[in-house]
Amino acid sequence: MSNIPAELKYTSTHEWIRHEGDGVVTIGITEHAQDLLGDLVHVDLPDEGDTFATGDDVAVVESVKAASDVYAPVSGEVIEINEDLEDSPELINSDAFGDGWLFKLKLEDVSELESLLDAEGYEGAIDEE
Amino acid sequence: MTKQTNLHAKHLEAGAKMVDFFGWDMPIRYGSQIDEHNAVRTDAGMFDVSHMTIVDAKGEQAQAYLRHLLANDVAKLTVKGKALYSGMLNEEGGVIDDLIVYYFAQDDYRLVVNSATREKDVAWLNKQAEGFDVELTVRDDLSMIAVQGPNAQAKVQSLLNDNQKAIIADMKPFFGHQAEELFIATTGYTGEAGYEIIVSNEQAADLWQQLLNIDVLPCGLGARDTLRLEAGMNLYGQDMDETIHPLAANMGWTVAWEPADRNFVGRQALEAIRETNDMKLVGLVMEAKGVLRSGLKVTCDAGEGVITSGTFSPTLGFSIAMARVPKAIGDTAVVEMRKKGVEVKVVKPNFVRNGKSVL
Repeated sequence: MSNIPAELKYTSTHEWIRHEGDGVVTIGITEHAQDLLGDLVHVDLPDEGDTFATGDDVAVVESVKAASDVYAPVSGEVIEINEDLEDSPELINSDAFGDGWLFKLKLEDVSELESLLDAEGYEGAIDEE
Repeated sequence: MTKQTNLHAKHLEAGAKMVDFFGWDMPIRYGSQIDEHNAVRTDAGMFDVSHMTIVDAKGEQAQAYLRHLLANDVAKLTVKGKALYSGMLNEEGGVIDDLIVYYFAQDDYRLVVNSATREKDVAWLNKQAEGFDVELTVRDDLSMIAVQGPNAQAKVQSLLNDNQKAIIADMKPFFGHQAEELFIATTGYTGEAGYEIIVSNEQAADLWQQLLNIDVLPCGLGARDTLRLEAGMNLYGQDMDETIHPLAANMGWTVAWEPADRNFVGRQALEAIRETNDMKLVGLVMEAKGVLRSGLKVTCDAGEGVITSGTFSPTLGFSIAMARVPKAIGDTAVVEMRKKGVEVKVVKPNFVRNGKSVL
Protein backbone atom coordinates (compact mmCIF):
# COMPACT_ATOMS: atom_id res chain seq x y z
CA MET A 1 0.00 0.00 0.00
CA SER A 2 1.47 3.35 -0.92
CA ASN A 3 1.97 6.25 1.43
CA ILE A 4 -1.04 8.58 1.94
CA PRO A 5 -0.10 11.44 4.30
CA ALA A 6 -2.94 12.25 6.73
CA GLU A 7 -2.42 16.03 6.59
CA LEU A 8 -3.20 16.33 2.85
CA LYS A 9 -6.45 16.47 0.88
CA TYR A 10 -7.05 14.36 -2.24
CA THR A 11 -9.19 13.84 -5.33
CA SER A 12 -10.34 10.54 -6.79
CA THR A 13 -8.27 11.49 -9.89
CA HIS A 14 -5.07 11.21 -7.79
CA GLU A 15 -4.17 14.84 -7.14
CA TRP A 16 -3.05 15.85 -3.65
CA ILE A 17 -3.66 19.31 -2.15
CA ARG A 18 -1.86 20.96 0.76
CA HIS A 19 -3.29 24.14 2.26
CA GLU A 20 -0.35 26.45 3.00
CA GLY A 21 -2.57 29.07 4.73
CA ASP A 22 -3.67 32.42 3.30
CA GLY A 23 -5.78 30.63 0.71
CA VAL A 24 -2.75 29.18 -1.12
CA VAL A 25 -2.61 25.47 -1.97
CA THR A 26 0.22 23.31 -3.32
CA ILE A 27 -0.89 20.57 -5.74
CA GLY A 28 0.77 17.41 -6.96
CA ILE A 29 -0.04 13.85 -7.97
CA THR A 30 -0.05 11.08 -5.38
CA GLU A 31 2.53 8.40 -4.84
CA HIS A 32 -0.07 5.89 -6.00
CA ALA A 33 -0.52 7.86 -9.26
CA GLN A 34 3.21 7.99 -10.00
CA ASP A 35 3.41 4.27 -9.31
CA LEU A 36 0.65 3.61 -11.84
CA LEU A 37 2.39 5.78 -14.44
CA GLY A 38 5.96 4.57 -13.95
CA ASP A 39 8.98 6.70 -14.85
CA LEU A 40 7.91 10.27 -15.68
CA VAL A 41 9.65 11.79 -18.71
CA HIS A 42 7.82 15.08 -19.38
CA VAL A 43 5.67 17.47 -17.39
CA ASP A 44 3.61 20.23 -19.03
CA LEU A 45 2.78 22.87 -16.43
CA PRO A 46 0.45 25.89 -16.72
CA ASP A 47 1.77 29.45 -16.76
CA GLU A 48 1.78 31.67 -13.71
CA GLY A 49 -1.29 33.89 -13.81
CA ASP A 50 -3.49 31.31 -15.56
CA THR A 51 -6.83 30.75 -13.85
CA PHE A 52 -8.70 27.49 -13.70
CA ALA A 53 -12.08 26.23 -12.56
CA THR A 54 -12.47 22.99 -10.63
CA GLY A 55 -12.09 20.02 -12.97
CA ASP A 56 -10.24 21.89 -15.76
CA ASP A 57 -7.18 20.27 -17.39
CA VAL A 58 -4.27 22.11 -15.83
CA ALA A 59 -1.20 20.04 -16.59
CA VAL A 60 -0.03 16.89 -18.32
CA VAL A 61 2.32 14.35 -16.80
CA GLU A 62 3.79 11.88 -19.26
CA SER A 63 5.60 8.67 -18.44
CA VAL A 64 7.31 6.07 -20.58
CA LYS A 65 3.96 4.28 -20.52
CA ALA A 66 1.29 6.98 -20.90
CA ALA A 67 0.31 10.64 -20.80
CA SER A 68 -2.14 11.66 -18.10
CA ASP A 69 -4.06 14.89 -17.53
CA VAL A 70 -3.91 16.63 -14.18
CA TYR A 71 -7.19 18.33 -13.19
CA ALA A 72 -7.65 21.43 -11.05
CA PRO A 73 -8.94 20.09 -7.72
CA VAL A 74 -10.19 23.58 -6.81
CA SER A 75 -10.68 26.91 -8.61
CA GLY A 76 -7.97 29.53 -8.54
CA GLU A 77 -5.02 31.33 -10.09
CA VAL A 78 -1.60 29.76 -10.65
CA ILE A 79 0.93 31.69 -8.57
CA GLU A 80 3.96 29.40 -8.81
CA ILE A 81 5.06 26.35 -10.79
CA ASN A 82 7.75 23.79 -9.94
CA GLU A 83 10.38 24.70 -12.52
CA ASP A 84 12.69 21.88 -11.40
CA LEU A 85 10.35 19.43 -13.12
CA GLU A 86 11.34 20.73 -16.55
CA ASP A 87 14.73 19.03 -16.29
CA SER A 88 13.94 16.50 -13.58
CA PRO A 89 10.45 15.03 -14.02
CA GLU A 90 11.67 12.00 -12.03
CA LEU A 91 11.27 14.09 -8.85
CA ILE A 92 7.60 13.08 -9.06
CA ASN A 93 8.65 9.43 -8.87
CA SER A 94 11.14 9.88 -6.08
CA ASP A 95 9.21 12.36 -3.91
CA ALA A 96 5.59 12.73 -5.06
CA PHE A 97 4.44 14.59 -1.94
CA GLY A 98 7.54 16.77 -1.61
CA ASP A 99 10.01 17.87 -4.31
CA GLY A 100 7.67 16.49 -6.96
CA TRP A 101 4.93 19.11 -6.37
CA LEU A 102 3.48 20.60 -9.57
CA PHE A 103 2.09 24.11 -8.95
CA LYS A 104 0.53 26.44 -6.40
CA LEU A 105 -2.92 27.99 -6.70
CA LYS A 106 -4.41 31.03 -5.00
CA LEU A 107 -7.90 29.83 -4.10
CA GLU A 108 -11.02 31.67 -5.13
CA ASP A 109 -13.05 30.07 -2.37
CA VAL A 110 -11.34 28.42 0.58
CA SER A 111 -14.51 26.49 1.42
CA GLU A 112 -13.95 24.38 -1.73
CA LEU A 113 -11.28 22.49 0.24
CA GLU A 114 -14.00 20.95 2.36
CA SER A 115 -15.38 19.01 -0.57
CA LEU A 116 -12.06 17.19 -1.16
CA LEU A 117 -11.27 13.70 0.09
CA ASP A 118 -9.28 13.16 3.27
CA ALA A 119 -6.60 10.46 3.45
CA GLU A 120 -9.09 7.81 4.51
CA GLY A 121 -11.49 8.76 1.75
CA TYR A 122 -8.71 8.60 -0.85
CA GLU A 123 -7.54 5.22 0.40
CA GLY A 124 -11.11 4.01 -0.02
CA ALA A 125 -11.19 5.43 -3.56
CA ILE A 126 -8.04 3.63 -4.69
CA ASP A 127 -9.12 0.39 -3.04
CA GLU A 128 -12.14 0.41 -5.32
CA GLU A 129 -10.01 0.63 -8.48
CA MET B 1 -5.91 -18.36 -14.47
CA THR B 2 -2.69 -16.81 -15.69
CA LYS B 3 0.35 -18.96 -16.35
CA GLN B 4 3.55 -18.56 -14.37
CA THR B 5 7.15 -19.19 -15.33
CA ASN B 6 9.49 -21.07 -13.02
CA LEU B 7 10.95 -17.72 -11.97
CA HIS B 8 7.61 -16.32 -10.80
CA ALA B 9 8.51 -16.59 -7.10
CA LYS B 10 11.81 -14.77 -7.76
CA HIS B 11 9.91 -11.88 -9.34
CA LEU B 12 7.54 -11.57 -6.37
CA GLU B 13 10.49 -11.84 -3.98
CA ALA B 14 12.08 -8.85 -5.76
CA GLY B 15 8.88 -6.81 -5.45
CA ALA B 16 8.14 -6.79 -9.17
CA LYS B 17 5.06 -5.09 -10.53
CA MET B 18 3.33 -7.92 -12.40
CA VAL B 19 1.05 -7.71 -15.42
CA ASP B 20 -0.94 -10.14 -17.51
CA PHE B 21 1.11 -10.54 -20.68
CA PHE B 22 -0.98 -12.62 -23.09
CA GLY B 23 -1.99 -15.02 -20.33
CA TRP B 24 1.34 -15.01 -18.46
CA ASP B 25 1.82 -13.24 -15.12
CA MET B 26 5.06 -11.40 -15.92
CA PRO B 27 7.14 -8.58 -14.37
CA ILE B 28 6.64 -5.22 -16.12
CA ARG B 29 9.29 -3.62 -13.87
CA TYR B 30 10.94 -4.20 -10.52
CA GLY B 31 11.77 -0.58 -9.67
CA SER B 32 12.40 2.19 -12.17
CA GLN B 33 11.98 1.02 -15.77
CA ILE B 34 14.51 3.62 -16.93
CA ASP B 35 17.12 2.37 -14.42
CA GLU B 36 16.58 -1.14 -15.78
CA HIS B 37 16.96 0.12 -19.35
CA ASN B 38 20.16 1.95 -18.46
CA ALA B 39 21.61 -1.11 -16.71
CA VAL B 40 21.39 -3.01 -20.00
CA ARG B 41 22.97 -0.15 -21.96
CA THR B 42 25.85 0.36 -19.51
CA ASP B 43 26.37 -2.86 -17.50
CA ALA B 44 24.19 -6.00 -17.46
CA GLY B 45 20.54 -6.76 -16.98
CA MET B 46 18.47 -9.95 -17.19
CA PHE B 47 15.01 -10.83 -18.38
CA ASP B 48 12.83 -13.84 -17.71
CA VAL B 49 11.79 -14.88 -21.20
CA SER B 50 10.61 -18.34 -20.20
CA HIS B 51 7.17 -17.55 -21.56
CA MET B 52 8.57 -17.83 -25.08
CA THR B 53 7.91 -21.12 -26.82
CA ILE B 54 10.81 -23.43 -27.67
CA VAL B 55 10.11 -26.09 -30.30
CA ASP B 56 12.65 -28.69 -31.39
CA ALA B 57 12.32 -29.98 -34.96
CA LYS B 58 14.09 -33.27 -35.62
CA GLY B 59 13.93 -35.86 -38.34
CA GLU B 60 15.13 -36.89 -41.77
CA GLN B 61 13.17 -34.07 -43.45
CA ALA B 62 13.59 -31.36 -40.81
CA GLN B 63 15.45 -29.15 -43.25
CA ALA B 64 12.95 -29.69 -46.07
CA TYR B 65 10.12 -28.92 -43.65
CA LEU B 66 11.66 -25.61 -42.50
CA ARG B 67 12.47 -24.60 -46.07
CA HIS B 68 8.75 -25.03 -46.79
CA LEU B 69 7.60 -23.33 -43.57
CA LEU B 70 9.80 -20.23 -43.38
CA ALA B 71 10.29 -17.20 -45.64
CA ASN B 72 14.00 -17.20 -44.86
CA ASP B 73 16.01 -20.20 -46.05
CA VAL B 74 17.53 -22.54 -43.45
CA ALA B 75 19.73 -23.99 -46.19
CA LYS B 76 21.91 -20.92 -45.53
CA LEU B 77 22.76 -22.53 -42.18
CA THR B 78 25.74 -24.84 -42.51
CA VAL B 79 27.79 -24.16 -39.39
CA LYS B 80 26.65 -25.95 -36.23
CA GLY B 81 24.94 -23.58 -33.80
CA LYS B 82 24.25 -20.82 -36.34
CA ALA B 83 20.93 -19.00 -35.92
CA LEU B 84 18.60 -17.36 -38.44
CA TYR B 85 15.78 -14.83 -38.01
CA SER B 86 12.72 -15.50 -40.13
CA GLY B 87 9.07 -14.71 -40.62
CA MET B 88 6.55 -17.52 -40.79
CA LEU B 89 3.90 -16.48 -43.32
CA ASN B 90 0.36 -17.50 -44.13
CA GLU B 91 -0.74 -18.23 -47.70
CA GLU B 92 -1.68 -14.56 -48.16
CA GLY B 93 1.84 -13.44 -47.25
CA GLY B 94 0.85 -12.07 -43.82
CA VAL B 95 3.15 -12.69 -40.87
CA ILE B 96 1.93 -15.45 -38.51
CA ASP B 97 4.97 -14.90 -36.30
CA ASP B 98 8.66 -14.03 -36.35
CA LEU B 99 11.10 -16.49 -34.86
CA ILE B 100 14.69 -17.58 -34.47
CA VAL B 101 15.82 -20.99 -35.72
CA TYR B 102 19.06 -22.61 -34.54
CA TYR B 103 20.81 -25.17 -36.75
CA PHE B 104 22.56 -28.17 -35.24
CA ALA B 105 22.36 -30.57 -38.20
CA GLN B 106 20.14 -31.01 -41.25
CA ASP B 107 17.91 -33.25 -39.16
CA ASP B 108 18.11 -31.20 -35.95
CA TYR B 109 16.87 -27.61 -35.42
CA ARG B 110 15.48 -25.55 -32.57
CA LEU B 111 12.86 -22.81 -33.01
CA VAL B 112 12.07 -20.04 -30.53
CA VAL B 113 8.69 -18.42 -31.22
CA ASN B 114 6.64 -15.77 -29.42
CA SER B 115 4.49 -16.51 -26.40
CA ALA B 116 1.54 -14.34 -27.42
CA THR B 117 1.07 -16.47 -30.53
CA ARG B 118 1.85 -19.85 -28.96
CA GLU B 119 -1.40 -21.71 -29.66
CA LYS B 120 -1.75 -20.68 -33.28
CA ASP B 121 1.99 -21.14 -33.92
CA VAL B 122 2.05 -24.69 -32.61
CA ALA B 123 -1.12 -25.52 -34.57
CA TRP B 124 0.44 -24.04 -37.73
CA LEU B 125 3.76 -25.84 -37.21
CA ASN B 126 1.92 -29.14 -36.87
CA LYS B 127 -0.36 -28.50 -39.84
CA GLN B 128 2.54 -27.64 -42.12
CA ALA B 129 4.47 -30.70 -40.92
CA GLU B 130 1.97 -33.05 -42.57
CA GLY B 131 3.73 -35.09 -45.20
CA PHE B 132 7.22 -34.39 -43.81
CA ASP B 133 9.30 -36.85 -41.83
CA VAL B 134 9.83 -34.48 -38.91
CA GLU B 135 9.07 -34.66 -35.21
CA LEU B 136 8.13 -31.47 -33.34
CA THR B 137 8.56 -31.24 -29.58
CA VAL B 138 7.38 -28.25 -27.54
CA ARG B 139 9.94 -27.89 -24.76
CA ASP B 140 7.85 -26.87 -21.77
CA ASP B 141 10.54 -28.44 -19.58
CA LEU B 142 12.86 -25.50 -20.37
CA SER B 143 13.13 -21.94 -19.08
CA MET B 144 14.95 -19.06 -20.71
CA ILE B 145 16.90 -16.11 -19.25
CA ALA B 146 18.28 -13.32 -21.44
CA VAL B 147 21.36 -11.61 -19.97
CA GLN B 148 22.15 -8.45 -21.93
CA GLY B 149 24.56 -5.54 -21.77
CA PRO B 150 28.24 -4.68 -22.30
CA ASN B 151 29.25 -6.66 -19.18
CA ALA B 152 26.72 -9.47 -19.64
CA GLN B 153 28.97 -12.02 -21.32
CA ALA B 154 31.81 -11.60 -18.82
CA LYS B 155 29.42 -11.89 -15.90
CA VAL B 156 27.81 -15.05 -17.26
CA GLN B 157 31.22 -16.57 -18.03
CA SER B 158 32.27 -16.03 -14.41
CA LEU B 159 29.59 -18.58 -13.44
CA LEU B 160 30.71 -21.26 -15.91
CA ASN B 161 33.19 -24.09 -15.56
CA ASP B 162 36.24 -24.40 -17.84
CA ASN B 163 34.57 -26.85 -20.17
CA GLN B 164 31.52 -24.64 -20.66
CA LYS B 165 33.73 -21.61 -21.19
CA ALA B 166 35.70 -23.48 -23.85
CA ILE B 167 32.49 -24.47 -25.67
CA ILE B 168 31.27 -20.88 -25.98
CA ALA B 169 34.67 -19.21 -26.37
CA ASP B 170 34.85 -16.95 -29.44
CA MET B 171 31.19 -17.58 -30.24
CA LYS B 172 30.17 -15.03 -32.88
CA PRO B 173 26.84 -13.15 -32.79
CA PHE B 174 23.78 -15.23 -33.66
CA PHE B 175 25.09 -18.61 -32.56
CA GLY B 176 24.01 -21.04 -29.86
CA HIS B 177 25.78 -24.00 -28.28
CA GLN B 178 24.81 -26.58 -25.69
CA ALA B 179 27.35 -26.15 -22.87
CA GLU B 180 26.59 -29.07 -20.56
CA GLU B 181 23.21 -28.32 -18.94
CA LEU B 182 22.92 -24.82 -20.43
CA PHE B 183 22.10 -23.86 -24.01
CA ILE B 184 23.89 -20.52 -24.47
CA ALA B 185 23.21 -18.28 -27.48
CA THR B 186 24.56 -14.93 -28.63
CA THR B 187 21.10 -13.71 -29.55
CA GLY B 188 19.01 -11.01 -27.92
CA TYR B 189 16.40 -8.31 -28.23
CA THR B 190 18.19 -5.23 -26.91
CA GLY B 191 20.90 -4.16 -29.37
CA GLU B 192 23.60 -5.08 -26.84
CA ALA B 193 25.95 -8.03 -26.61
CA GLY B 194 24.87 -10.78 -24.25
CA TYR B 195 23.51 -14.29 -24.02
CA GLU B 196 20.14 -15.93 -24.13
CA ILE B 197 20.39 -18.97 -21.87
CA ILE B 198 18.05 -21.94 -22.01
CA VAL B 199 18.05 -23.94 -18.78
CA SER B 200 15.92 -26.68 -17.25
CA ASN B 201 12.89 -25.51 -15.25
CA GLU B 202 14.43 -27.07 -12.12
CA GLN B 203 17.66 -25.06 -12.43
CA ALA B 204 16.17 -21.75 -13.58
CA ALA B 205 15.66 -20.12 -10.17
CA ASP B 206 19.15 -21.13 -9.07
CA LEU B 207 20.74 -19.60 -12.18
CA TRP B 208 18.67 -16.41 -11.69
CA GLN B 209 19.91 -16.18 -8.09
CA GLN B 210 23.54 -16.70 -9.16
CA LEU B 211 23.14 -13.84 -11.64
CA LEU B 212 21.57 -11.65 -8.94
CA ASN B 213 24.54 -12.40 -6.70
CA ILE B 214 26.94 -10.94 -9.28
CA ASP B 215 24.85 -7.78 -9.71
CA VAL B 216 22.99 -8.52 -12.89
CA LEU B 217 19.89 -6.32 -12.56
CA PRO B 218 16.48 -7.95 -13.13
CA CYS B 219 14.61 -6.06 -15.86
CA GLY B 220 10.94 -6.21 -16.76
CA LEU B 221 8.93 -6.19 -19.95
CA GLY B 222 8.82 -2.37 -19.84
CA ALA B 223 12.58 -2.02 -20.28
CA ARG B 224 12.57 -4.87 -22.78
CA ASP B 225 10.21 -2.84 -24.94
CA THR B 226 12.19 0.44 -24.82
CA LEU B 227 15.43 -1.47 -25.49
CA ARG B 228 14.11 -3.40 -28.49
CA LEU B 229 12.52 -0.28 -29.94
CA GLU B 230 15.78 1.69 -29.65
CA ALA B 231 17.46 -1.26 -31.39
CA GLY B 232 14.87 -1.12 -34.18
CA MET B 233 13.59 -4.64 -33.57
CA ASN B 234 10.01 -5.51 -34.40
CA LEU B 235 7.44 -6.61 -31.86
CA TYR B 236 4.94 -9.10 -33.19
CA GLY B 237 1.35 -7.87 -32.83
CA GLN B 238 2.45 -4.24 -33.02
CA ASP B 239 4.83 -3.77 -35.93
CA MET B 240 3.44 -6.67 -37.94
CA ASP B 241 0.75 -9.32 -37.74
CA GLU B 242 -1.20 -11.66 -40.02
CA THR B 243 -2.60 -8.73 -41.99
CA ILE B 244 0.84 -7.19 -42.64
CA HIS B 245 3.35 -8.67 -45.07
CA PRO B 246 7.10 -8.63 -44.34
CA LEU B 247 7.88 -6.02 -47.02
CA ALA B 248 5.87 -3.42 -45.07
CA ALA B 249 7.48 -4.46 -41.78
CA ASN B 250 11.19 -3.96 -42.49
CA MET B 251 11.49 -7.74 -42.92
CA GLY B 252 12.22 -7.77 -46.63
CA TRP B 253 15.81 -8.76 -45.84
CA THR B 254 14.52 -11.93 -44.15
CA VAL B 255 12.74 -13.17 -47.27
CA ALA B 256 15.01 -15.50 -49.26
CA TRP B 257 13.76 -15.19 -52.86
CA GLU B 258 16.60 -17.35 -54.17
CA PRO B 259 16.57 -20.15 -55.10
CA ALA B 260 13.47 -19.22 -57.11
CA ASP B 261 12.11 -22.78 -57.04
CA ARG B 262 11.84 -22.91 -53.23
CA ASN B 263 8.10 -22.63 -52.82
CA PHE B 264 7.78 -21.52 -49.16
CA VAL B 265 4.35 -20.83 -47.66
CA GLY B 266 3.17 -17.38 -48.77
CA ARG B 267 5.68 -17.08 -51.61
CA GLN B 268 3.12 -16.81 -54.39
CA ALA B 269 1.14 -14.07 -52.64
CA LEU B 270 4.31 -12.23 -51.68
CA GLU B 271 5.62 -12.21 -55.25
CA ALA B 272 2.47 -10.39 -56.34
CA ILE B 273 2.66 -8.02 -53.36
CA ARG B 274 6.27 -7.21 -54.22
CA GLU B 275 5.15 -5.71 -57.54
CA THR B 276 2.59 -3.36 -56.00
CA ASN B 277 3.73 -2.71 -52.42
CA ASP B 278 3.92 1.01 -51.63
CA MET B 279 4.37 0.86 -47.83
CA LYS B 280 7.43 0.46 -45.63
CA LEU B 281 8.42 0.59 -41.95
CA VAL B 282 10.53 3.59 -40.94
CA GLY B 283 11.82 5.17 -37.76
CA LEU B 284 10.53 8.49 -36.45
CA VAL B 285 12.36 10.88 -34.14
CA MET B 286 10.75 13.73 -32.21
CA GLU B 287 13.11 15.89 -30.20
CA ALA B 288 10.33 18.16 -28.90
CA LYS B 289 8.50 17.36 -25.67
CA GLY B 290 6.01 14.53 -25.76
CA VAL B 291 5.98 10.85 -26.56
CA LEU B 292 5.00 9.23 -29.86
CA ARG B 293 2.54 6.39 -29.23
CA SER B 294 1.34 3.45 -31.30
CA GLY B 295 -1.81 4.14 -33.29
CA LEU B 296 -1.08 7.82 -33.97
CA LYS B 297 -1.58 8.97 -37.55
CA VAL B 298 1.45 10.00 -39.64
CA THR B 299 0.94 12.37 -42.56
CA CYS B 300 3.36 13.17 -45.39
CA ASP B 301 3.11 14.44 -48.97
CA ALA B 302 2.91 10.87 -50.20
CA GLY B 303 -0.09 10.01 -48.03
CA GLU B 304 -0.89 8.64 -44.61
CA GLY B 305 0.65 6.08 -42.31
CA VAL B 306 0.48 4.90 -38.71
CA ILE B 307 2.83 4.58 -35.74
CA THR B 308 3.17 0.88 -34.90
CA SER B 309 5.38 1.29 -31.80
CA GLY B 310 6.37 4.46 -29.97
CA THR B 311 8.09 5.32 -26.73
CA PHE B 312 10.40 7.68 -24.90
CA SER B 313 13.98 6.63 -25.57
CA PRO B 314 15.89 6.69 -22.26
CA THR B 315 19.23 6.48 -24.07
CA LEU B 316 18.52 9.40 -26.43
CA GLY B 317 16.37 11.50 -24.09
CA PHE B 318 13.54 12.06 -26.58
CA SER B 319 10.81 10.12 -28.28
CA ILE B 320 11.25 7.55 -31.04
CA ALA B 321 8.83 5.39 -32.97
CA MET B 322 8.40 2.91 -35.77
CA ALA B 323 5.76 3.72 -38.36
CA ARG B 324 4.30 2.03 -41.41
CA VAL B 325 4.16 4.78 -44.05
CA PRO B 326 4.11 5.33 -47.83
CA LYS B 327 7.43 4.29 -49.41
CA ALA B 328 7.74 7.75 -51.00
CA ILE B 329 7.91 9.53 -47.62
CA GLY B 330 10.53 12.29 -47.37
CA ASP B 331 12.85 13.30 -44.52
CA THR B 332 10.06 14.67 -42.35
CA ALA B 333 6.43 13.90 -41.59
CA VAL B 334 3.70 15.21 -39.30
CA VAL B 335 2.22 13.26 -36.40
CA GLU B 336 -1.09 14.27 -34.90
CA MET B 337 -0.61 14.46 -31.12
CA ARG B 338 -3.12 15.82 -28.65
CA LYS B 339 -4.97 17.58 -31.50
CA LYS B 340 -1.81 19.30 -32.78
CA GLY B 341 0.36 18.40 -35.76
CA VAL B 342 3.98 17.90 -34.71
CA GLU B 343 6.84 17.62 -37.20
CA VAL B 344 9.04 14.55 -36.82
CA LYS B 345 12.18 13.34 -38.57
CA VAL B 346 12.04 10.20 -40.68
CA VAL B 347 15.01 7.85 -40.22
CA LYS B 348 15.92 4.20 -40.68
CA PRO B 349 14.22 2.06 -38.01
CA ASN B 350 17.36 1.74 -35.89
CA PHE B 351 18.23 4.20 -33.15
CA VAL B 352 20.77 2.75 -30.67
CA ARG B 353 23.42 0.05 -30.95
CA ASN B 354 25.90 -1.01 -28.27
CA GLY B 355 24.94 1.86 -26.00
CA LYS B 356 25.37 4.58 -28.65
CA SER B 357 23.06 6.60 -30.85
CA VAL B 358 23.19 5.61 -34.51
CA LEU B 359 21.06 8.56 -35.65
